Amino acid sequence: MNNIPFVFYLEYNLPILLGKKATNIYELLDGIKTVPDASIYYHTHKFLKQHHYLIPEPPNDFAYWIRNILHQPQLGEMIASINIIEFNNLENIRSKIVDILENHERSSYGINCAEGFEFQFMSCKTFWFKYKTEAKNLLEFSDILKKIDISTFFVNIFGPKLRQGKLINNFSIWFESIGESILAEKVSNIDPYTLTLEGLRNKILNLIKHYGTYK
Amino acid sequence: MVHINDYIDIVGEETINGLYIIADKLKGFKIQNINSTAVGGGVAEILSRIIPLLKQLEVDSRWDVIKGDEKFFAITKSFHNALHGVRVEFRQEDFDYFIEINRRNFEDISFDCDIVFVHDPQPICLIEKKKEIGKKWVWRCHIDFTNPQKDVMAFLEKYIEQYDCSVFSAPAFARKLKIPQVLISPSIDPLSDKNRELPEDTINEITDRFNLDRKRPIVSQISRFDYLKDPLGVIEVYKKVKKYINCQLVLAGGGATDDPEGMRVLEEVKNASYMDDDIHVIFLPPSSDIEINALQRASTVILQKSLKEGFGLTVAEALWKGKPVIAGAVGGIPLQIKHQYSGILTYTIDGTAFYLKQLLSEPNFAKELGLNGKNHIKENFLITRHIRVYMLLFLSLLKEGDFINFE
Repeated sequence: MNNIPFVFYLEYNLPILLGKKATNIYELLDGIKTVPDASIYYHTHKFLKQHHYLIPEPPNDFAYWIRNILHQPQLGEMIASINIIEFNNLENIRSKIVDILENHERSSYGINCAEGFEFQFMSCKTFWFKYKTEAKNLLEFSDILKKIDISTFFVNIFGPKLRQGKLINNFSIWFESIGESILAEKVSNIDPYTLTLEGLRNKILNLIKHYGTYK
Repeated sequence: MVHINDYIDIVGEETINGLYIIADKLKGFKIQNINSTAVGGGVAEILSRIIPLLKQLEVDSRWDVIKGDEKFFAITKSFHNALHGVRVEFRQEDFDYFIEINRRNFEDISFDCDIVFVHDPQPICLIEKKKEIGKKWVWRCHIDFTNPQKDVMAFLEKYIEQYDCSVFSAPAFARKLKIPQVLISPSIDPLSDKNRELPEDTINEITDRFNLDRKRPIVSQISRFDYLKDPLGVIEVYKKVKKYINCQLVLAGGGATDDPEGMRVLEEVKNASYMDDDIHVIFLPPSSDIEINALQRASTVILQKSLKEGFGLTVAEALWKGKPVIAGAVGGIPLQIKHQYSGILTYTIDGTAFYLKQLLSEPNFAKELGLNGKNHIKENFLITRHIRVYMLLFLSLLKEGDFINFE
């Protein structure tokens, strides 16, 4: 069992405008194929941060635009229901979206949105900052998790798979390292995209309470 | 004086802790803001609030103001109109004079900071100084750039592209530029008179003063008397709804008394509301922030039926009070409202009337929209978020790369 403390980080993003926009599905498809990975990350995760108080989470930006601006509910639903948890990197998410758009019936693809409602491609610069305190055991971990800014989930839950190529999240890796294997597995099995970020916090805290052996 | 820690009660301790953690990485760097006026206007207002808060976070920040004469500001006002799509004729000597005044300011301003943050077009040519002194330079555009006049835009772009980075307030304002473009939306200050919590007695005193009946629904639009805010359309909406629901309408706003169009709109609004005691047309003088706050807090539903809008921060102010808002889907308003999640976006008088009737009839749905709207503003449009993104912007100029990890 290791005694390495868990170091929390916070993630903040600086939104970048790419100066590229789409007025219809063809242009959206072209943009999705060419924008940087950070843009795919931004458009599939921005809603989580900006609307994390909503239940359920609204879909990603692409789905929202297709459904609510272009009024193509079926295609919008297909993009919204991509199971992001199953992907290990952003390139695969991009490929999945491209695949859906390329294989869907295209008769409405050339219909333009109303002026002023174009899809604006964006990206982000990501910053990670070390949090002021570390957890040396599960009790301290739980105490920090109760109050830390929700941006820590982007470093520890969403980020490890998509941005660092890890197979499991950082919390589970640490739980495993301190001998909390069941807890590690339970947290690993959470689909964070089906929860609000506060819901995610509560879910992990409850799992620690039930499966953590520190008590 | 407001302290950064005073915001803990509003946004939570961890949000403010996050600001201190980011600010720590800016220690040793100096930030210089430059604009063209110390008082009046949105830029001066936000700088006067943000800079003291940055200083409290120990981010060394300064604010300088360029000097110009009447002729210079007449030209910059014309630039402003032309950038908003109003056709204005310029002579070469206008551009030359604009450059000359910028250059005269070289000697008066001490450029001894690490980052020079220039706001709006007036001081844009100060970037000429970069060749001589280096530093990192950012240009922030606070105005709507969706439909600018080409000759002014071409003139400005020559300067914009000499900066290290540009900042725009909405995605639609982005340009095809050779330099990075950052999105930083404007913000509201929850501790200002316009937005802070008010005692119920104050709200009652103000609604009594304006003869409003708080036992019946109050629908309001608080906005300048301007055709683009469509106050006459709002009266039509009210008349359609009034047939079914016994509500009152408040149309309150200011406007310069020397603005002939504003006065004309006000007269037309008064004529359209003639003989209906439940329509309250209120002309508010400057410094009516507490009145605006109270009227919003007393409202059952708030409208912002704009036909064209810049960012439309009045929507953020209304949402911040937890009120259900129905607003025109123009300018920056769709950034603040996601239709049927955090408010209602409409395009027509009939559509606005339909949703207004629905919200007045279904208070639970209205309450949910208001709650989501308030949360959305809390997460995305408060001054604390503005400060955080400003600090990230400064760090992005000091550290290369798309991913920056402060171990």
